[in-house]
Amino acid sequence: MVEIPAGSADAVPAAEVEDMDLYHPKSWWTKYVFSQDAKIIAVQYSVTAIAIGLVALVLSWLMRLQLAFPGTFAFIDADHYYQFITMHGMIMVVYLLTALFLGGFGNYLIPLMVGARDMVFPYANMLSYWIYLIAVLILAAGFFAPGGPTGAGWTLYPPQAVLSGTPGGQDWGILLMLSSLIVFIIGFTMGGLNYVVTVLQGRARGMTLMRMPLTVWGIFTATVMALLAFPALFVACVMMLFDRLLGTSFFMPAIVEMGTQLQHGGGSPILFQHLFWFFGHPEVYIVALPAFGIVSDLISTHARKNIFGYRMMVWAIVIIAALSFVVWAHHMYVSGMNPAFGFFFATTTLIIAVPTAIKVYNWVLTLWRGDIHLTLPMLFALAFIVTFVNGGLTGLFLGNVVVDVPLSDTMFVVAHFHMVMGVAPILVVFGAIYHWYPKVTGRMLNEVLGHIHYWVTFLGAYLIFFPMHYLGLLGVPRRYYEIGETSFVPPSAHTLNIFITVMALVVGAAQVVFLFNLIWSLFRGREAGGNPWRATTLEWQTPQTPPAHGNWGKELPVVYRWAYDYSVPGAPEDFIPQTQPATGGVTREVTA
Amino acid sequence: MAVVLILALLVVGSVLFHLLSPWWWTPIASNWTYIDSTLVITFWITGVVFVAVVSFMAYCVWRFRHKPGNRAAYEPENRKLELLLASGTAVGVAAMLVPGLFVWDQFITVPDDAAPVEVVSQQWLWSFRLPGVDGKLGRSETRDISPENPLGVNKNDTTGLDDVIVEGGELHLPVGKPVRILLRSVDVLHDFYVPEFRAKMDMIPGMITYFWFTPTRTGTFDILCAELCGVGHSQMRGTVVVDEAADYQAWLEQQQTFTQLLASGEPQPAN
Repeated sequence: MVEIPAGSADAVPAAEVEDMDLYHPKSWWTKYVFSQDAKIIAVQYSVTAIAIGLVALVLSWLMRLQLAFPGTFAFIDADHYYQFITMHGMIMVVYLLTALFLGGFGNYLIPLMVGARDMVFPYANMLSYWIYLIAVLILAAGFFAPGGPTGAGWTLYPPQAVLSGTPGGQDWGILLMLSSLIVFIIGFTMGGLNYVVTVLQGRARGMTLMRMPLTVWGIFTATVMALLAFPALFVACVMMLFDRLLGTSFFMPAIVEMGTQLQHGGGSPILFQHLFWFFGHPEVYIVALPAFGIVSDLISTHARKNIFGYRMMVWAIVIIAALSFVVWAHHMYVSGMNPAFGFFFATTTLIIAVPTAIKVYNWVLTLWRGDIHLTLPMLFALAFIVTFVNGGLTGLFLGNVVVDVPLSDTMFVVAHFHMVMGVAPILVVFGAIYHWYPKVTGRMLNEVLGHIHYWVTFLGAYLIFFPMHYLGLLGVPRRYYEIGETSFVPPSAHTLNIFITVMALVVGAAQVVFLFNLIWSLFRGREAGGNPWRATTLEWQTPQTPPAHGNWGKELPVVYRWAYDYSVPGAPEDFIPQTQPATGGVTREVTA
Repeated sequence: MAVVLILALLVVGSVLFHLLSPWWWTPIASNWTYIDSTLVITFWITGVVFVAVVSFMAYCVWRFRHKPGNRAAYEPENRKLELLLASGTAVGVAAMLVPGLFVWDQFITVPDDAAPVEVVSQQWLWSFRLPGVDGKLGRSETRDISPENPLGVNKNDTTGLDDVIVEGGELHLPVGKPVRILLRSVDVLHDFYVPEFRAKMDMIPGMITYFWFTPTRTGTFDILCAELCGVGHSQMRGTVVVDEAADYQAWLEQQQTFTQLLASGEPQPAN
């Protein structure tokens, strides 16, 4: 910790930057469509992700209708049900959350928050979006293909994923899914390299790594993880395509399907699971770490207080990222892998609870002795903490190998991962949109609509997923088209299913209020000004709002302090922007 | 201030729901009461943490909500407090992990006197194979599966000739005798799941997986498939009946052996 008394540090002179050509767009097409401006690309990513996410939302309605009222809706047969759950899961995890956090928030916030003019490779950045769009279109094409999309479950476990007992297994469905993932990963790699290199090479003068806002730390670390984890999924997809199309047997042992001997032999279905979860577990944190980072900044800004334990927060992000590469087989405790692995993976999994708990403590301790403004971003941050703590704690059940045995493959798992990587990160997404919308558009979102959206979404989602754990405890398996007559399932469980479905419909409908707010406020929202939240970080200090191409006008910003100088004793205001030289108030910046 | 009230209600409501909910695990029918105990320990520890964190947060929001003239404290970090919380968490985690690993060790250590019972799955049917008088199961192979030999038992392995084969029927087990459940699939992944036994394990084509348990009470229980196996997944049901020893013997004697199964099918071409 360094004490910097007022006026003792010399102001860092601004970098002398030659007037350079920023390759400003020359036409409407290159400005708004084939744009190389990270801010436009961010909006493109976000709109596309939210659009396909709405499809996934409707799919969740359809599957909930089947679970509550089995057989009532003729068009939801077993084939469709499994197609709905598969597409819902894959869209939400990869095409919505990953794309939105990294492609959306990453693109918008990284250059602005580190003080860069743009991503370092703008052209590759533009390609990244267009390839992502192609991946989304290939995925959506599954709905119109003969046989429909794949119904293999989002985990796509072979052999069933490529056999005829699964919808799309011998039709187009699985081929389109695997191709879409391959294309997505290619596109993501182009964006991901950009985010990493921009953070490492594109920071403004004075912006040391340990002065970066936690939002950037979260997105940066998640991107590094994604670049390491997605290749495992990539090869798994290629290998499964070969098994399906070329008759190889990477994942296919000798199989008798419906009485017929297949021409496969010697492959290992478990190999796919290892590859899938070597990607799949880091994926959880690829979604969670940006949310961790963003929520830290929301809490700090709206509680007018520095984030508590900044260094510990950074290290917790890095440690979680590293550990998350050695926990993947906790998804496979009952997969039939060597059971001795259980000791190792249970231990690593439960160790990860410690840095994660530290983050939770530090968020709550940031509130302690703060000056808490109950703005919408703050409300969403509070809701995030509740749902994340809930979902994180149920993870301790599933991570502890022997406790997982009765619970795995039940509705407890569904409730757990929805709470921890569905609801919690989505609440951060909403909080972040309410927080940064004024910077993106120059206008505030409507407060009344925002509060309606907040309360229905937060409480509704909690009421959906909290009771669902108890269905799993009872023993109700997941991925069941209908539970039917089962001796251990009492009629009251069916009543609970109806309640959950009604809540799901309500929460889904509340998102219409949010979408309406996004569009209405674009034209009618209150003018925001450059820094409506009185925040310290660089994106709020741009010369124009919304920021123009190149972000900073002629002079790049120079950074003099960390991102969390809120309520510094002696300072005239309760925040000091990162660009302000060390005058007025004693800051106790934490340095590495 | 609505948010403080709601957060408090949420804590109280969650605890009450847990205590009053009619949805709880099924009465156990196996020796794995240790699993239930570990689960209860986990519920206690995580429940306390959940209540503590959310209540503290609600208190902070109430106590430190913005009022005109307020100013937040400036405290970048507090190493002592952070270390204290981290070590407290580590202790709590260890309190769940250590008993968990202890029970896992028992779970994967099959007692020597456990009788082998094979469960064979296919889309979407359960079959079973029990050792004959020799107490051993014969070798089997997916490649050997044919209409007259649905489980692919090796005809040249004499230990398999007296194996009892139950196709698509119900499985009977004697109460109080440990069993080693050997799991085999002929097509896709399945998972042998009886909630009352607490144990479950995936079945993988090309591999034999296993778990063991001792049935502790008689009764009839549903077998469910717990690993997505195609459109018929939720219809893939079976029944396991835990009998007294005498009833079990009576049932076993009515079942056909592999030799009888072969004799009842088409005449075999001589090799």
